[in-house]
Formats: sequence, C-alpha cells, structure tokens
Amino acid sequence: MSDRIIIRGGRIIDPAPGADAVGDVAIEDGRIVSTAGAATGPAREIDASGLVVAPGFVDLHAHLRDPGLEYKEDIESGTRAAARGGFTTLCAMPNTVPPMDSRSIVEHVLREGAARGVVRVLPIGAVSKGRRGEELAELGDLAAVGCVAFSDDGSPIADSTLLRRALEYANDFGLPVIDHCEDPSLSRDTVMNEGWVATLLGLRGAPAAAEAAAVARDIAVAEATGAHLHIAHVSTRGAIEELRRAKERGVRVTAEVTPHHLTLSEETVAFGCLQSAELLYETAAKVNPPLRSRDDIAACIEALADGTIDCIATDHAPHAVTDKLCEFDEADFGISGLETAFGLCMRLVLDGTITLPALIHRLTAGSVRALGLDRHVRGLGTLATGAPADVVLLDPESSWIVDPARFVSKGKNTPLAGVRLTGRVVATIAAGRIVHEETGVRS
Amino acid sequence: MTAIRPLEPSAGDAPGSLAAPAVSDGAWRRHHLLDLDSFSADELELVMATTDAMNEILRREVPRVPALRGTTIVTLFYENSTRTRASFELAAKVLGADVINVASASSSVTKGESLVDTVKTLQAVGADVLVMRHGRSGAPYLAARHAECSVVNAGDGLHAHPTQALLDLFTMRAAFGDVRGRRVVIVGDVLHSRVARSNIWSLTTLGADVTVCAPTTLLPAGLSRHLEGQLPNVRVETDLDRAIVDADVVMALRMQNERMHGGFVPGAREYSRLYQVNATRLARAKPGALVMHPGPMNEGVEISHEVAHGLQSHVEEQVQNGVAVRMAVLWLITRGNTRQARAAAKGAL
Repeated sequence: MSDRIIIRGGRIIDPAPGADAVGDVAIEDGRIVSTAGAATGPAREIDASGLVVAPGFVDLHAHLRDPGLEYKEDIESGTRAAARGGFTTLCAMPNTVPPMDSRSIVEHVLREGAARGVVRVLPIGAVSKGRRGEELAELGDLAAVGCVAFSDDGSPIADSTLLRRALEYANDFGLPVIDHCEDPSLSRDTVMNEGWVATLLGLRGAPAAAEAAAVARDIAVAEATGAHLHIAHVSTRGAIEELRRAKERGVRVTAEVTPHHLTLSEETVAFGCLQSAELLYETAAKVNPPLRSRDDIAACIEALADGTIDCIATDHAPHAVTDKLCEFDEADFGISGLETAFGLCMRLVLDGTITLPALIHRLTAGSVRALGLDRHVRGLGTLATGAPADVVLLDPESSWIVDPARFVSKGKNTPLAGVRLTGRVVATIAAGRIVHEETGVRS
Repeated sequence: MTAIRPLEPSAGDAPGSLAAPAVSDGAWRRHHLLDLDSFSADELELVMATTDAMNEILRREVPRVPALRGTTIVTLFYENSTRTRASFELAAKVLGADVINVASASSSVTKGESLVDTVKTLQAVGADVLVMRHGRSGAPYLAARHAECSVVNAGDGLHAHPTQALLDLFTMRAAFGDVRGRRVVIVGDVLHSRVARSNIWSLTTLGADVTVCAPTTLLPAGLSRHLEGQLPNVRVETDLDRAIVDADVVMALRMQNERMHGGFVPGAREYSRLYQVNATRLARAKPGALVMHPGPMNEGVEISHEVAHGLQSHVEEQVQNGVAVRMAVLWLITRGNTRQARAAAKGAL
C-alpha cells in the first residue's frame, strides 16, 4: 500500500525548520524522500496547487475508548476520525475499561492500533493502578512496552506525594507525567464554569481557581523534582499565569490547550453556537475542564501565540447519543473534537490572532516537542527527508458546515452542529498511505 | 392591556365560548412555561389579569367551570411536593380538566433517555399538558424539546419555579398594587433557590427594586459582577439589618438542614442570629411590610414563629393565590393548543 506519491505545487508549511514555500513533496515506502532524487517507478501525483501541504497533525490527547467502551468509540473509528481531521498521530489516553495501567492492556491498544488503526497510536499509560490515585502503576513496564507518557487523565492526581513520586519515577525512564489539573475539593459536583451563565441556568459551577490552584501545586512539585510535567487542557487565565511564571524561571513544564477552549465560551452551554434565544442546557458543550469565560479564552489565545502554551490537543472525547441525551447534570463530559479541530482553530488565523504557520506549528512540531515524541518516532511532525510520510493537505479558505451525522467518529457529540467553519482537511496521508481524501482531490 | 372579562359563569358553557371573550389580546404565544426570564411586562400583566378572573371563579359557590374540559393534564413530579402538586391538581380540576398524577417520586434519575421516553409515553397516552417537577436544572427544557404537548415547569433543580414567582407577584399586587419602585428583599439561601431566581426575573421586569441578602457562601456567582444585561440588576447585600431597611416586601427562603451542615454556614444558631426574619428586624422595614415565604417554613431558623404567623405574614395568601395563578397558567397555555386543535391544524395542512 505504500505507493510512491508526489504532491505537486502546494504551499509547503513545515514549521520545524521554518519552511514556507511552494514546492513538491515526495513519498516512498512510507517516508518523505528528496524530490531532487530521481524517484523512479509509477507514482500517484496529487495536484496541490492552491492548497497547503503540512506535516500530519499530532494530537497529544485523544480518548479512543478502546478497550471497554467501544460503544462510544474504538481504535478503528477513532483513528479514521483522526484521519478526517488531519491527524496522523494520536496519543491515546488511558481511561479505558480496564484502564491502561498494565502491559497487557497497552499491548491490546498497540495491537489494535497496528491492525485496525489508520493512523499512528501512541499509548499513554496510567499513573496509578486502576487510575485510583493511590499506588503507582508499573511505569517501568509501561515504558518498556511503548508508553510515551503517563496520566490519570479525567481524574486529577489529588495526592501530592503520589504526584511527586510519579514525576520522579517516570523521569527515570525519560517520560513526562501529564496531569489533569483540577482541585477536586473546589470543583466537586460541578458541571460547568462558575459565573453568570451557571447562575442563569441554575447549574453548579466550578471556579476557575480549581484549575489555577492545581497548576500551582503541580508546578511546585515538578520544580522540586526537576522532572517533566505536562499540563493537560489548560483553560483559565490564572493557570496560564502560573505556567508563564514557571517557564520564565526554567521549570520543566509544558502545556496544551484544546480547540474548544480557544474558541467557545461558557455561554455555549446556555445558548449553543448558533445563539439560541431559548436556554438550551447544551449537553454537547458539557466538557471538563468546562468552557470558560471570554477573558479566559483571550488568555488562552495569547498564551498559545506567545508560546506559553506549547501546542493544541483535541481532548477528543466521543460519547454515544444516550450519554448526552439527558438532563445536563447527568450527561457525560466531553466533545468529539478530532474532525472539527482544524476548522475551529482556523478562526484564530482568520481573525489575525496567529498566523497559519504558527497554527500548524502548534498542531505538529509544537506537540512533538512538548512530549519529546521524536525520541520515539524520529522526524515526527516534520516533512524532513527520512521522516514518516505523515502529510496533510489543507484548504484554509474553503468553508463547510459541521454535520455530526457525517462524522466518522462514533461520537457525534459536538456543540458545533450547523456551524460554518472555514478551513478544511482535503487529504491525509499517514505512513505513506492516503487515509482520508475528500472527493474532488485533483490528481 | 387588562381589558379582560371574567370567565362566563354558567357551568354549561362550551369551552370555546369561554375561551374567546376572556382575554382580549393575543399577547400569549407560549406553548410551554419554563421560566419567566423571557417574559415581557405585558405577558406578566396578562397572567395577573387572568388570575383575577380565575379568583372570581374560585369565589363562586361551586367553583367549577368547564374551560378545560377534554384536556388531560399530567403531573410528573420527580421530587416530592405537597403544596405545588395539590395546587396544580386543584387548578386543573376547577377548570374541568382530567388530571393524571404520575408518582415518579424516585429521584433516582439515571440516564436521561428515561426522561425523554417518559415524556413521549405520557404524550402518547394523551397528555395535553405536562406539569413537571424535577431535581435537575433544565430538565423541563429537555422535556419540552421532545414533546408536542405543553410543558409547565413546577420547579427544576436550582433553576426556576415560575408559577411560584407568579403567585408571589400576584400576592404583592393584591396587597399594594403595582410593584414598580417597591423594595423587595429576598433573604436566605439564594444560591440553591429556584424561587429566588424566578422572582428576580419577574420583579425586575416590572420595575421592582430587588435586593438579595445572604452570606456570600449562599450567593450565586456573578450576581453582583456580571456585564450589563446578562442577569437582572439586583442589589446584593450580606447584612440583613441593612438590607431590610424600608423594605416593602421581605421574602424569606427556606434554609435546608443539609445546607446548614454542609459547610455553607457554620450552623443553624449563627445563621438564625444573622439572617432570621424576626420582629426586631421586621421593625426596620416599612410599616406593614409584607412577609412572604415560599414554604415549607423552618420556623426558628430563617423566620421566627411570631413573624411567620403575625399580622404581616402573607404566607397563607401565597398558597391560596397559587391555585388561581396555576389556573391562569394552565388556561393560557392550553388556549388553542388542545389535542383537538393540534389535530385540526394538522388536518388543515
């Protein structure tokens, strides 16, 4: 299947070396090859004129639900959704059933990924046995089998000593710990952001300080250990200020932000994305961390632009219809985000907040560097000769209307149904294979 | 606006002849009653005028009219309630509707398909109006989105209790007329109070000067720090002795026992010392100020026994007015919206 492919005449944006020029990209045997070299044999030529050619996106935060919750998503549907969204590498979060806290479960994910996945799946192991936040999981074993980081994501690491030991122990294997930063004693039983919208709806709100307090603690612990801490889905100004100060004094801390926390406010819970006049109690906008205030969004965007936040990660959290078709308090948390990530993030480019190359950087090289993934997959997130042939073709100007029924993810849970997004993923090539192609790609 | 005639007295009248003359304008366009946040002053006036007409019916020797004959009203209560449920049931019966009480007292609500399914089932059985109480904020909105029948919110979680706010409004107007410029102090657990939330909307829409008073731990976020227009403008005060000065209405909210031990306040003793509506405090309000409470009262906690049953207490009037207000709501909501009317409309298409 790894044909020769030549992509001609696109605007090649490869943020790692800072490249941005019109040219060709050649692929052979699943790797990027030099276009100057006299590649021989039949090749598929793709006309990319008018399109952007970039490294395939790398998502540090995806919930593939496999094993155990395959009714929400499985590795095949999740990786196909990734391909449709331009992602060629997914880091799979360990909150599966059973959780990815042992070698055998991680091996299942890797095996399924190889057999049925259409893009690369890199497993993230659980920090603690059963994700219970009590005892360390066998991190050495998990590292040996191929985990690229450790996280109890979905659950914060509440016990500070466990966090400390996890950071220290994971660091012995050269791997980071990813924490979902939330002080649970400040956010217990809450279902959205605290503020006027929660008051309007009569819903229990989590204060932004629940995140800032946890980030501050995590940074203090990470600084003391010297180990690498990665903060998942930052969403508040307070947390970002902690992060900025920590980076300034050289703490080994990195962070990601989701497309929805960059673009959608807490008001979405009440009025949806289409400004409903009636209160919606939009369960598709119920997510953790919750959608925040407009001021928090501004802080996230600013931090993404100035590098305080290293990268964009989707926190793709697919759910079945019945998980969301219920009272707001009862609905599951999460947004199915892979297939809308690029179009949603393009809003920042369209309103001039960041440049297209900067956005692509935060979806590729920025992600790779945040977790050090190029130590596991050389050349990941670049179009350098010899790198994996993970390539995405983008039309940043074409607009489309989000129709969840057309998602290939099993999770149709998006607050963006009916919303017009500008910027589409025209084709995705993973390891030299075309894994997504919109009809009408010229070749 | 208030060009309204009492409903015709004869119990033999056909529903149609009752419906036509009673309300002169078409201000009512609502299929559901979920909250008062989007109510205009005209709509509130219409409900008040209709309630007047309903009170007239209730004063008759035989308080029965067939205005809603042939209409099926289902009360679906996921939370226990005595007065609200009885009040709705009586209101429906006075108007000649058939009433089905679904005892879904189990608040063991699992995944919501059950709620949507329940609503669809009751509709299939023949419900024209679903009067619903639910422990989760927004649940009636979910029901309304999946129902063709009307949904009347009889209290949802912490969010809204529109018929309570309407009966509170009616009680105030019966006592002193227009509420514009009147000082209303709502004191107590505002954070967890759907009654307070709905009252704030209706009272501010009609120009009342509303103060909410509670310890900061029992105040919802953003009430005093929101951008213009996002929430109704109310004054926020943490000192009841200050808040109550010159009040026309003092509305005490129920303080639930579990909240007193849940870390929101140190305990009942201190709470009642600081926030109880008692005679000493009431003396600081305007002479003859109304004392109100949505019930059930925790006498000795948020309100003293003597004030609860004193001359200024309007708690019983509130309960009495509840029936007339709910008659008005049921009547307005079903006008032109019975199954027969819907079927006729469908047939016409």
